[in-house]
Amino acid sequence: MNATAPASAAITEQIDERDRGGKRQPMLIADKLKKYFPIRSGVLQRQVGEVKAVDEVSFAVLKGETLGIVGESGCGKSTLARLLMHLIPKDSGDLIFDGDPVGGVRGITLRELRRNMQMVFQDSYSSLNPRLPVQDSIAYGPRVHGMDYKDARKLAADLLDKVGLRAAMFGARYPHELSGGQKQRVNIARALALNPRMLILDEAVSALDKSVEAQVLNLLAHLKREFNLTYLFISHDLNVVQYISDRVLVMYLGQVVEIGPVDDIYNAPRHPYSRALLESRLSMDPAQRVIEPPISGDPPNPINPPSGCRFRTRCAFAEDICASSTPLLGAVSTQNHFVACHMASAGSGHSKAGLAH
Amino acid sequence: MPLDAAVMERPVKATVKAQPLVDVRDLSVKFVSRESTNSAVNGVTFDLMAGEVLCIIGESGSGKSVTMRALMKLLPPNRTKISGHMRVGAHDITKMSESDMRAIRGSQISMIFQEPMTALDPVYTIGDQIAETVMRHEHCSRAEATARALELLQLVRVPSPERRLKAYPHELSGGLRQRAMIAVALSCKPDLLLADEPTTALDATVQIQVLVLLRKLQQELGMAMIFVTHDLGVAAQIADKVAVMYAGRIVEYGRVSDVLMHPQHPYTLGMLASTVHGNMRGQEIEAIPGSPPDLRRPIQGCSFTPRCKFAVKDCLQASPPVVQLDNGQYAACIRAGKGAMPAAPQA
Repeated sequence: MNATAPASAAITEQIDERDRGGKRQPMLIADKLKKYFPIRSGVLQRQVGEVKAVDEVSFAVLKGETLGIVGESGCGKSTLARLLMHLIPKDSGDLIFDGDPVGGVRGITLRELRRNMQMVFQDSYSSLNPRLPVQDSIAYGPRVHGMDYKDARKLAADLLDKVGLRAAMFGARYPHELSGGQKQRVNIARALALNPRMLILDEAVSALDKSVEAQVLNLLAHLKREFNLTYLFISHDLNVVQYISDRVLVMYLGQVVEIGPVDDIYNAPRHPYSRALLESRLSMDPAQRVIEPPISGDPPNPINPPSGCRFRTRCAFAEDICASSTPLLGAVSTQNHFVACHMASAGSGHSKAGLAH
Repeated sequence: MPLDAAVMERPVKATVKAQPLVDVRDLSVKFVSRESTNSAVNGVTFDLMAGEVLCIIGESGSGKSVTMRALMKLLPPNRTKISGHMRVGAHDITKMSESDMRAIRGSQISMIFQEPMTALDPVYTIGDQIAETVMRHEHCSRAEATARALELLQLVRVPSPERRLKAYPHELSGGLRQRAMIAVALSCKPDLLLADEPTTALDATVQIQVLVLLRKLQQELGMAMIFVTHDLGVAAQIADKVAVMYAGRIVEYGRVSDVLMHPQHPYTLGMLASTVHGNMRGQEIEAIPGSPPDLRRPIQGCSFTPRCKFAVKDCLQASPPVVQLDNGQYAACIRAGKGAMPAAPQA
């Protein structure tokens, strides 16, 4: 974990009295998380199949960093976020928050986890209660956790000011009276109300217009410093992820295909899928148009994913070995860069194994 | 009409090219309700040659989709006040009756939408939906129409088209659904294709496939296209000409390379600066402050003034003049063409 230490050390130098595991302890470790959704059909509702939404996903989020998760729709990135928040029950796997297992005998409770880890969703309108003024929406969490009404309202007003909405002007408004960007600011304020240590941002800026998106990204960078936060930033927008992340995780059909420092992934992606994804970015220069799409076809259905490597049906380098054995995440060149591809592991049996690209 | 016949016809069209295919003059659209009047489009003027691609760029509420729907006459007539002049080919859209409109929708002007799942009918197969349009406009038999549908699915590069002909929309992936919708839209070889954010809901790897396909088909069929998007990268990929809309007006217009590389209007400049690139890591993004104006209230002077970093007192006096540049580019800003505009950020 040395390569990412400088980025995180600068932040954890400030002493955070909520810290339990020390600065080397990752904020969150997910170990072999798994979620299959059953598909039932017929009169008896017998199970006829399952959607392998998240399949043995393991990763760690370091203290003070921003981990970006990218992938196409249906790759399981939102299911993963919901599993981390325990909004849907996991099938198997473990979660360790700052050294404490979640829900274990010696660990922290779900209530404590949710106090420490909060989430912001994509749809800013449907995640606010339409019948509560936004200040009350923000004060709701602290009140549930035992704060009295007056203090909670005061806290909500402070937070509204912090996210750039004047509390005197906006506090009493209802969600429908705010624009998309303003509503998303309220959602961020609400997520901060319990003084969490980590935020999960699930496509939090995707529905916003470009100029508003830039405002909210600036706000997120500012809040991260002020509240000493760790971010898990999920998005399909590769430019935004590159801008905000320290490390990036690439998902494909419920599995991690590549994870590493942002510059390594963007400058030298090792997985053919990461490469295709990055080549699909649009240039702002009309002279640099894409003539030939980097890959063809849509992501396959996660109900019956291909055997072996799940990307092989769209991969230009697929060989027999890719169908028969599943590639595992293995380290490449730099220490913190891992990729799940037979071509990256010498001796896998792939004809291009071990060759640099 | 077979494809090669369409190609043969094009030189004839080219000789009378002085006449643009689409001519929109001073188009205004107001939505009237009991409480308020919302001026969604305020005096939009543009024209488009046959075989050209125009991208209308703007944020939500800038009037870009309303302009398209006005061209197609899809806005609810009893709540909408449309003024100005719209012509497509030989048809004066403003004066046409609903039944005349129905005859040219699909045959001469077609439209594709952002969400293919809601634009396609869930209870008919893809083949039936393409064949329906062909039968309606070309009065041919079902067998002929189905054969055409198969050809069209091949044209939009749908893999195993015979099987997909009998598929229902829910059985297809997002990218295939969008291709099916393009097939429906192209079924009668329209002169003009209107595309309202057709790739916004798609994944990055699928978006680029659809954009490349649309550009190829547009060139092969010699069709004109108006493409609405909020993504400058999409415009850079597909457009010949670009119109930037703000608060119901076109604030800048020109060739795509001129507008994106040498913007003249502060709003275009702001859009370019606030589009995130990876190489901006660690820096504050130069966001446009504030939000777009409320179109229910009358606007005095330039509508961008409250958010503009170059604003001066004169901006609020009157609507800004349209400044024309030598390269055909124009901008509605009192500073346009005077230089001294900071260079656009490089992609």
